Amino acid sequence: MNSRLGKIWLTAGYLFLYVPILTLIIFSFNESKMVTLWGGFSFKWYGVIIHDSEVVNGFFLSMKIALMTATASVVLGMFAAFAMVRYKSFFGRTTFFAHINAPLVVPEVITGLSLLLFFVMCERLIGMPERGIFTIWIGHTTFGLSYAAVVIQSRLLEMDKSLEEAAMDLGCKPFQVFYLVTLPMIAQSLMAAWLLTFTISLDDVVTTAFLSGPGSSTLPLVILSRARLGLDPTVNAIATITVAVVSVGVVAGSLWMSRQERRRAAEQAEAYREGMQAISA
Amino acid sequence: MSIASSIGNYGIVQFLKRNWGRRSVIGIPYGFLILFFSVPFLVVLKISVSSTDALGIHFQDLTSYANGIFELKIKLSNYIFLTTDPLYIETYLSSIKFAVINTLICLIIGYPFAYFMARSPATMRPALLMMVSLPFWTSYLLRVYAWKGLLDDNGVINNVLIWLHIIHDPIKMMYTGFSMTIGMVYTYIPFMILPVYATLVKMDLRLLEAAKDLGATPWKAFWLVTVPLSKNGIVAGSMLVFIPSVGEYVIPELLGGPSTLMIGRVLWDEFFSNNDWAMASAVAVSMVVLILIPLAIFNKFQSDSGGARGL
Repeated sequence: MNSRLGKIWLTAGYLFLYVPILTLIIFSFNESKMVTLWGGFSFKWYGVIIHDSEVVNGFFLSMKIALMTATASVVLGMFAAFAMVRYKSFFGRTTFFAHINAPLVVPEVITGLSLLLFFVMCERLIGMPERGIFTIWIGHTTFGLSYAAVVIQSRLLEMDKSLEEAAMDLGCKPFQVFYLVTLPMIAQSLMAAWLLTFTISLDDVVTTAFLSGPGSSTLPLVILSRARLGLDPTVNAIATITVAVVSVGVVAGSLWMSRQERRRAAEQAEAYREGMQAISA
Repeated sequence: MSIASSIGNYGIVQFLKRNWGRRSVIGIPYGFLILFFSVPFLVVLKISVSSTDALGIHFQDLTSYANGIFELKIKLSNYIFLTTDPLYIETYLSSIKFAVINTLICLIIGYPFAYFMARSPATMRPALLMMVSLPFWTSYLLRVYAWKGLLDDNGVINNVLIWLHIIHDPIKMMYTGFSMTIGMVYTYIPFMILPVYATLVKMDLRLLEAAKDLGATPWKAFWLVTVPLSKNGIVAGSMLVFIPSVGEYVIPELLGGPSTLMIGRVLWDEFFSNNDWAMASAVAVSMVVLILIPLAIFNKFQSDSGGARGL
């Protein structure tokens, strides 16, 4: 197909993806309270949100939950990925796969509702847990674990097992093999999984709404309650900060990863060259 | 036995194969998901068929045993209501309708987009790919909210059109099927583009040359070679768009109106506004059934075609 149509299609597509975000950013610098009428440039709304305790507390709570979720998801997801890739047969393997995939496809209103009813039942039976950070953390980790498992699994599948075997042959203990060979080789995917689950948790609103208790309003819950009522300039200011932080984070993260990748490739080439020299000498 | 499996007796594999290592690697995530994913769903299933006490607050046990009589009480009224109430039936049909429309539009816009991305110079592709996934990393809630500002009666689009004297009175776009559909397409289109791109970029372009040598026009080669080869990407993308859009809550809540009935929003309202836990549970169970059907078809399709993964 001709390239002019291609350029037009791609340009239109990227405009569609980015214009809404750009308008959101532009109107965050609007003096007027009317979000869509331009009343002059100002940082007014940034000043407002910094002193808005609901927003500030929500932000710190969201960050805390996202940190906890990402960490737990990566650990559990790594276990799950090993189970899926390295064990070709164990009791209930098919069900295990179904359990990993299900949280990715079941709508969040269902996971949210069912976890809440489960926690309510637990509270009646054993008196805990109270709804709040803990319950939100568990809720986010159920799907975070699945996302992390999928990301780490794809890295494990393409990993060359012979390096682990070589380390073993050279006398490494199993734990040493894991720390010195396996972990560095999957580190990148662990990082990617951590970032992915971190942002998913930071962004989640539906599951959180079901599992939050009094005094545990995360930032997305604050945004949702304001956005429901209509256009709100403080939401635009929050959006702009989020977009800035995420863009910097994602770009920096992918640059770091590609540098790591290059360095690893260079190190491997170097090791190979030295090895060849040693053989020929 | 292959070399790999005989080597499997050494190294990390051996360590993991030791019983306790193996058990915890499988058991910890498995146990977590059973406890916090499957068991809660069974609770929902139970509540959806439980009867309440006289006050309507506490759910009674399904089974009871007294005086040598074992009783099993299953209340089906919620399900009977779901399948006979015209509003619920309409909501189901409307959810599926919007999900299908969303999937089709994502395919119509997203397929050519992915195609042109895959056929652009190899040096540009990483940047193009990153630009598709970047919005995916920014808050989904905020991206949906952005359309409120664009489509509102006093929104950016109406203001610009009035300023340009194209229209005199604002066009009503918010809180309609239009605003909701645009929000859904906007949110879900990367899920269509990425798997389709993944299949198209791997395609062997010599096949197109062969088609050309055999006398096919570019258009014919596109339909007979390129499209069939990207079938896995299309199916994966369609499922990734269709399934979450059936259960969507945030988009209908922020951009939809009274005419855009969506099942996810009904579940939410049953729970948060009406406080009807049993009804919300019954809606949840029927939603799972609704989603399992296309998923089963998808799985069958995937196993037929060698199980290629999209994303």
